[in-house]
Amino acid sequence: MTLLDQPAQLPLTKKDFTSDQEVRWCPGCGDYAILSTVQGVMPDLGVARENIVFVSGIGCSSRFPYYMDTYGFHSIHGRAPAIATGISATRPDLKVIVVTGDGDGLSIGGNHLIHALRRNVDLTIILFNNQIYGLTKGQYSPTSELGKITKSTPFGSLDHPFNPVSLALGAEATFVARSLDTEREHLAATVEAATRHRGASFVEVYQNCNIFNDGAFAALKDDPEGNQIRLAHGRPVVFAGGARGVVQDPTGGLRIVEVAEVGEDALLVHDAHRDDPTLAFALSRLAHTPMGPTPVGLFRQVDRPVYGDLVQAQLADATAARGRGDLEVLLAGQDTWVVD
Amino acid sequence: MTAPSVTQPVRKDVRQVGTVTIRFAGDSGDGMQLTGDRFTSVTAKVGNDLATLPDFPAEIRAPAGSLPGVSGFQLHFADHDILTPGDAPEVLVAMNPAALRTNVGDLTPGGLLVVNEDAFTRGNLKKAGYAANPLDDGSLSGYQVVRVPVTTLTLGALEDTELSSKEKHRAKNMFALGLMCWMYSRPTEPTVDWLRVKFRTRPQIAEANVAALAAGFAFGETTELFAHAYEVKPAKLQPGRYRQITGNLALAYGLIAAAHRSGLPLFLGSYPITPASDILHELSKHKNFGVRTFQAEDEIAGIGAALGAAFAGNLAVTTTSGPGVALKGETIGLAVSVELPLVIVNIQRGGPSTGLPTKTEQSDLLQAMFGRNGEAPVPIVAPAHPGDCFNAAVEAARIALTYRTPVMLLSDGYLANGAEPWRLPDLDGLPDLAGAVAFAREPDPDGTYRPFARDADTLARPWAIPGTPGLEHRIGGLEKADGTGAISYDPDNHHRMVELRAAKVAGIARTIPPLAVDDPGDGARLLVLGWGSTYGPIAAAVRRARARGLPVARAHLRHLNPFPANTGEVLRRYDRILVPEMNRGQLRLLLRGEYLVDARGYNHVRGLPFSSAELEQAITDELADLEAAPA
Ligand code: SF4
Repeated sequence: MTLLDQPAQLPLTKKDFTSDQEVRWCPGCGDYAILSTVQGVMPDLGVARENIVFVSGIGCSSRFPYYMDTYGFHSIHGRAPAIATGISATRPDLKVIVVTGDGDGLSIGGNHLIHALRRNVDLTIILFNNQIYGLTKGQYSPTSELGKITKSTPFGSLDHPFNPVSLALGAEATFVARSLDTEREHLAATVEAATRHRGASFVEVYQNCNIFNDGAFAALKDDPEGNQIRLAHGRPVVFAGGARGVVQDPTGGLRIVEVAEVGEDALLVHDAHRDDPTLAFALSRLAHTPMGPTPVGLFRQVDRPVYGDLVQAQLADATAARGRGDLEVLLAGQDTWVVD
Repeated sequence: MTAPSVTQPVRKDVRQVGTVTIRFAGDSGDGMQLTGDRFTSVTAKVGNDLATLPDFPAEIRAPAGSLPGVSGFQLHFADHDILTPGDAPEVLVAMNPAALRTNVGDLTPGGLLVVNEDAFTRGNLKKAGYAANPLDDGSLSGYQVVRVPVTTLTLGALEDTELSSKEKHRAKNMFALGLMCWMYSRPTEPTVDWLRVKFRTRPQIAEANVAALAAGFAFGETTELFAHAYEVKPAKLQPGRYRQITGNLALAYGLIAAAHRSGLPLFLGSYPITPASDILHELSKHKNFGVRTFQAEDEIAGIGAALGAAFAGNLAVTTTSGPGVALKGETIGLAVSVELPLVIVNIQRGGPSTGLPTKTEQSDLLQAMFGRNGEAPVPIVAPAHPGDCFNAAVEAARIALTYRTPVMLLSDGYLANGAEPWRLPDLDGLPDLAGAVAFAREPDPDGTYRPFARDADTLARPWAIPGTPGLEHRIGGLEKADGTGAISYDPDNHHRMVELRAAKVAGIARTIPPLAVDDPGDGARLLVLGWGSTYGPIAAAVRRARARGLPVARAHLRHLNPFPANTGEVLRRYDRILVPEMNRGQLRLLLRGEYLVDARGYNHVRGLPFSSAELEQAITDELADLEAAPA
């Protein structure tokens, strides 16, 4: 059975997706808004609750599955994409959603994340990026800005941070987007598009950890006009009320310009469906860390064969070519002899 | 020189022998494993019982002619049932000086040594560390040395073919095989057929190999070097249909059979590692059985995907060797905690660390038992001989599915690659695992679902797979409240859950057969107790000891956790327990801890199976010590 021919016991409501577990994030944590938004999006997908599985690793964000009244698996640190791959590759009838964080997904679980993306496993991976380790009480993470003073880096962190969107594009993910915990509508639309995508979809959500890294995304939240570059497929890349925009240099690099200086025709028109990920990558490089104008929205969405579909097809082809396996024939093999 | 004629002149004198141990040794590029494999195949065909011991280097191609590059294949075959690949070969085929040097020490005194004299060049002698040619300096006078110009004769037989010199050289192993087929009266036709199928796209290569094989056979018949050929009559095995099988193949088949009997699709999440990769290779061929194989990015992802597949309703398996188990430890603990069925196959090899990747050892028993954080009991089963890997796989799946638990299957490098005749199992006689699966379908009458409620008999929790309406639930590695499965930090609940998980695993003992003791009742005071692949050498050693009139009892453990319920009672029946293991005494430690018995060990870790002679000696010594000790 595929998602499309499921019996319609719908419509479901947000409440149907809310579990009876008490939510235990710190008051004011950005996770609440994301949870509420995801619970709100779920009914719109038209997928029955029993066919949805949330899988997570370890970290504040990874408590997420407990709060969704669907199937859920809170696993171990970093391994959610691997576990989710086993679910998705064997059960194409399920909608599998991974919830992870910057420590879980990019540090201890970085390997699984990139491989799930390159394989194009039918998963939606929502990465809550708060640029800090929350659950272990405030160490710097692989997305913390250079020089970050934390408990484990009293003299400032020394390692260059990851840009999660760049990483996902480098892994050739077929759907890559970014949103913010506080932008309810944008986040809802982004998550919905990601969960509707066939294949691996990756959504980075800038999430405020008000306890250990409050205000990490203040630039984008305090001045959305000036610092959120909203990407829209087929539209010129502009922000600041159309005053500023992005152009492509003859060398291929991207640059932020004053629209008045270059003229609207010079602006880069965003093409999210380009097979070649280099322009999407260049967009992701406009802001390595979200301190100034930073693109948000859908960077890339392309079609590529889905891992689970390929697995199914090989099984079907083998069965068509050789017939259903006969255990007795298999065990006997080519060479047998009889002892009386 | 022209190829010797394949038409067969009058047969030389043929002598009957009961048992033969032969070893083929050569450079790893010489195709010795293939030669051994084909000789095994025809030997099985003529109805002998047999056991094999391939022994190959960890390097894929160590420098040609070097000592580390030597690859060997030992085969023991007989007209009666045998238990081991043979302690020491009576026949050694050495394809170069390095092969001679590394293997001749094992050859029985007076044994037959067939060498490819063409390979004894100055360069090869030097690479093997020989100052003088051992074929000429009298150092081999204790053996019957037969010098055969294998290279010259092979090239001669292929004179008229249009192959490159390199390709012609490659056929040397078929010449050697042909010669040994003549010597032991084995037919060459099955190998001819096999070659023509294997090289069907390259008929020239096929025919060159066929010609080399025929030339080797004919050489045996015509040369004056051999006085006679030998014949080993078929063995009287249990009636039935047989095939030859290696442990890894039997294990793969066992997993497919278990999936078949349970009605579940089989999922393997794995990462390549010696000596387990052949199971991944084998299972990946059988997609028409609904088998999904996933070569993961690492060991952790291999088991992670398997655990996800288990959650989703598959018979889930991960295969690896000891270093891989070390990486999988955290996920095994998660599987213990979420109580999902999962089979973890460890093909043990020499350790620690990378250790001896291609050599056998039994040193991961305590890792299987204790290699996780927290109280995380995992049932353990171990096969005793190559064909038994089939049964062990079915049993591991039975336990995993029935008890909703990860199960460790401990095979080893010897079982993995060793071959023996295997009587095809009666499929209807395999356990019916469909009942063990029984997914939860309906919520409780009050509309709720309690994912950690327990079956009164097995203590297993229900298995509700995604897609089942009304049973939506969350599982995870945090401690769960007994019954509801909600996160719980309650001290009493944690204590109860730890006890419940332990009791569940301990309760498996109720469904496993009691430990059977092989004791002819002649007053044995010594029990030799083994587990895993030491079965053959121990049983052979006990046979030899009894043939000398020594009273000795023997038992072998299939289940290492839990032990069969009568284990303590069996141990207490004997004055002395001897536990031979290819480790430093891991089972012995468990037995001592569990039963407070003074079990003694016979232990070494040489990367090779025990010989029956050394175990016979250990038994003799133990009995002598027992006699001397006050009663
Ligand atoms: S520590 Fe930070 S991320 Fe974690 S729950 Fe508290 S506010 Fe949220």
